[in-house]
Amino acid sequence: MNTTSPILQVQDLDIRFRVDRKSEPFQAVKGISFDIPTNSTVALVGESGSGKTVSAMAILQLLPENAIIAPSSRIVYGGRDLLKASLSEMQDIRGKDISVIFQEPMTSLNPVFTVGEQIAEVLRLHMGMSPRQARARVAELLNEVGIPDPQLRVNSFPHEMSGGQQQRVMIAMAIACEPKLLIADEPTTALDVTIQKQILDLIASLQQRHHMSVLFITHDLGVVGEIADHVVVMQNGSIQEQGPVKAIFEHPQHPYTKALLACRPRLDRRPKRLPVIDDFIKGTASQKLEERPRGTSPGDPIILEVKSLNKTFFLKEGLFGKRAVPAVKNVSFQLPRGKTLGLVGESGSGKTTVGLTLMRLHDATSGEVLFEGKDLLSLTEREMMAYRRRIQIIFQNPYASLNPRMTVGQILVEPMKIHSIGKDEGERVEMAFALLKRVGLSEQSFYKYPHEFSGGQRQRIAIARCLTMKPDVLICDESVSALDVSVQAQVLNLLQDLQDEYGLSYIFISHDLAVVKYISDRVMVMSDGNIVEMADSDEIYRHPREEYTRKLLSSIPKGYELAPQPT
Amino acid sequence: MSAVLQNPPVVPRQESPGLWQLAWRRLREDRVGMISLVIVIFFLLMMIGAFTGVIASDWAKEKGVSYANPSFLAGAENLEARAMAAKGEAGKVAPVDLSDVDPLAPRYKEWEERAAKISVTETRRAETLPFGGDKWGRDVLKKVVKGSEVSIFVGLAAALLATFIGTMLGAMAGYWGGKVNDFLEWFYNIFTSIPYILLILAFAAVATATGKFGKGILPIVLVLSFTGWTGIYRLMRAEYIKHSSREYVKAAQAIGATNMSRMFHHILPNVSHVALVQLSQHTVQFIKAEVILSFLGFGVPVDMVSWGTMLAEAQNELVIGKWWQLFAAGASMAVLVTAFSLLTDSLRDALDPKLK
Repeated sequence: MNTTSPILQVQDLDIRFRVDRKSEPFQAVKGISFDIPTNSTVALVGESGSGKTVSAMAILQLLPENAIIAPSSRIVYGGRDLLKASLSEMQDIRGKDISVIFQEPMTSLNPVFTVGEQIAEVLRLHMGMSPRQARARVAELLNEVGIPDPQLRVNSFPHEMSGGQQQRVMIAMAIACEPKLLIADEPTTALDVTIQKQILDLIASLQQRHHMSVLFITHDLGVVGEIADHVVVMQNGSIQEQGPVKAIFEHPQHPYTKALLACRPRLDRRPKRLPVIDDFIKGTASQKLEERPRGTSPGDPIILEVKSLNKTFFLKEGLFGKRAVPAVKNVSFQLPRGKTLGLVGESGSGKTTVGLTLMRLHDATSGEVLFEGKDLLSLTEREMMAYRRRIQIIFQNPYASLNPRMTVGQILVEPMKIHSIGKDEGERVEMAFALLKRVGLSEQSFYKYPHEFSGGQRQRIAIARCLTMKPDVLICDESVSALDVSVQAQVLNLLQDLQDEYGLSYIFISHDLAVVKYISDRVMVMSDGNIVEMADSDEIYRHPREEYTRKLLSSIPKGYELAPQPT
Repeated sequence: MSAVLQNPPVVPRQESPGLWQLAWRRLREDRVGMISLVIVIFFLLMMIGAFTGVIASDWAKEKGVSYANPSFLAGAENLEARAMAAKGEAGKVAPVDLSDVDPLAPRYKEWEERAAKISVTETRRAETLPFGGDKWGRDVLKKVVKGSEVSIFVGLAAALLATFIGTMLGAMAGYWGGKVNDFLEWFYNIFTSIPYILLILAFAAVATATGKFGKGILPIVLVLSFTGWTGIYRLMRAEYIKHSSREYVKAAQAIGATNMSRMFHHILPNVSHVALVQLSQHTVQFIKAEVILSFLGFGVPVDMVSWGTMLAEAQNELVIGKWWQLFAAGASMAVLVTAFSLLTDSLRDALDPKLK
């Protein structure tokens, strides 16, 4: 690692946003300073709202109109202050000296141009290449980022490529002009673990080969351990801690850093409860955490049994044609009462379809779902009503699953009304208050609207809504995936407490293997609609039988200590 | 049982304001919205006043001279009034003596004596009116007030009905999809393939010829709303398609909510802002459409006045420089329409809890 003069210096950066005329501007970044050394990777880590993306976008003057940067702030690159650079100077720097990769490759590429044209545009603008030269260079670049058949793929449209390939194209575009600094804003968050691994490896090898610096923005400390040389930990617009990656992971100083490291579930440990940030801030976190035993035994009573479930979607093709797309193929499993079945797989593996089909939110093509011996799929809509309340689902996105026009009270009372739980309105309201308290929300929340809550609080409301019906089985469809790690730990703890208290059975669907390992007794791995492997959770992580499972497990970012050290 | 009565500590549960109360609170902070609201209420009061006959019930009285000047233009020359007056004078020229040939001539004297006994009071026509007069000397200001009754009623009622039809059909097509959607789309396509004016005229002709839609302004309301729902239908259908696959609707299905409840209890409040904006736009459009209809003779009956008929009259007046009728009708329409649109915007913002 070369630690001579830094390539970019952020000094006392202070960014505020005007919200409206009356209130004071909101301070998003509170005077932070850090350096990006030449030829190294700096990771900017923090949870949502910590100001990490805003800080990075300020480097390229890509902030929205209502942003105010304090006059004392400086971002020094190549001897000049980028915050004072003119628009034409910035246009020279953008894409050429400093380039960016965004989180969503799907929306970052223009769908009406071929990827070749989009990369060539950068080359023609900044390098002054002729169309012929540019085309040859594009093929080279695509080859470099590992896209097969680059000569052919030059003419592909973005939608003809997978998410991982699109991100590779974005990277090819970013490195096209050999930038000195690459800003990667959560480049792997939208991707599956196996793809994430490939992209991380690609960025690391490109950084080495082109001797560039990388500013890597992420919320995932596991990823940081694998890729970064320096780590900057941000919280609420301030830097809590910064230093070399080794120091941060081995001797974290700030309680927030400690908490972030501890509250993410790990593959090698399973405490009874996950530590949360508050524990560390108050200093009540105990180092020794009791381990929770997991697993199933053959004698467990079965509450839900699925026999050869199939689900096929039909896509329209041509004028009258239909094409069958099987999403779930011959899936069978059993869910013991009071246990958790984890369902892992990459996107498109059919795990969500299984969940929705069990709830009859999709119609199954064939198969049986036996709930206490009764086949749910053969019931009429009217007969199903009695069972509806006993199987409930918590969706992935807490921002979308609550009706924005209803108060929390209405949201909670409605299902009780539908299923005639509680004898009158007054009793239902009392029950709603009790449940709000149970999931850790104030009574005042009853009268508020969903938009007044944070993501984690909304997920608690969604959980409370399910609990109003006293279900036996709860399907959690990526229920914690959209949450920050610290909030994720709180919600996982809540789910675990509820299981201990009410003996709920969970089907826990997630792409996050560490979370599934933490919460599940039994794990089912799915790929392309098939069950690849099913075993008790410790067993499957220790001794995976199938090649696919091994590949999934090896792709999990393991943080610093477990990552293979560069030699 | 224990005789001790326990008084559990009462936790104060502050009833937080409901959706409408919150919306009202937000609206009150919106200066533009409040001004618009005041203007709209003013127009509505004017409409009710005219409808009940409290104000402007004597709009048809010919009080002024023909094309009486507005009070603020009192000195301006009024050639038309003078011409009319001259014509009146000319009418009083002594008749030619026909007593030789007229068999009734001997009785003229007797009749004149009798006529003298009946007192005829010639009302003195005003030279100026507050905002001028029309051809027959009717007060333009009163005409505007009376005209608001028909125009606003027709615009609002037709827009409400059209929005209702469009929302219902759009909800069905978007929510159910499949065959229902196919049928409604087919119906919509046929409907929109007919030129708009032709469609209105066809409906209007049927309505006035058969008289089955009632009399007066009711047929206009029906004609406008039956032809004007199509755009709203398209928008609401799109909104319903978008929303029916949202997770909150899935969540409602998971808790066992019926289709009706999902359509109208869950989705409708989330798409109501679209309907509201459409309502305001169509009110404006229908007030204008009433003008066209009235102009073409399919509109309000001749014994009524609307802004539309006023604008139609104003065409000829403008040529001779009598601008006040056009201005009065046009300005009130512009003010109402602008206030109404701004109010709908503010209302949408106030009703949407996602916006701050």
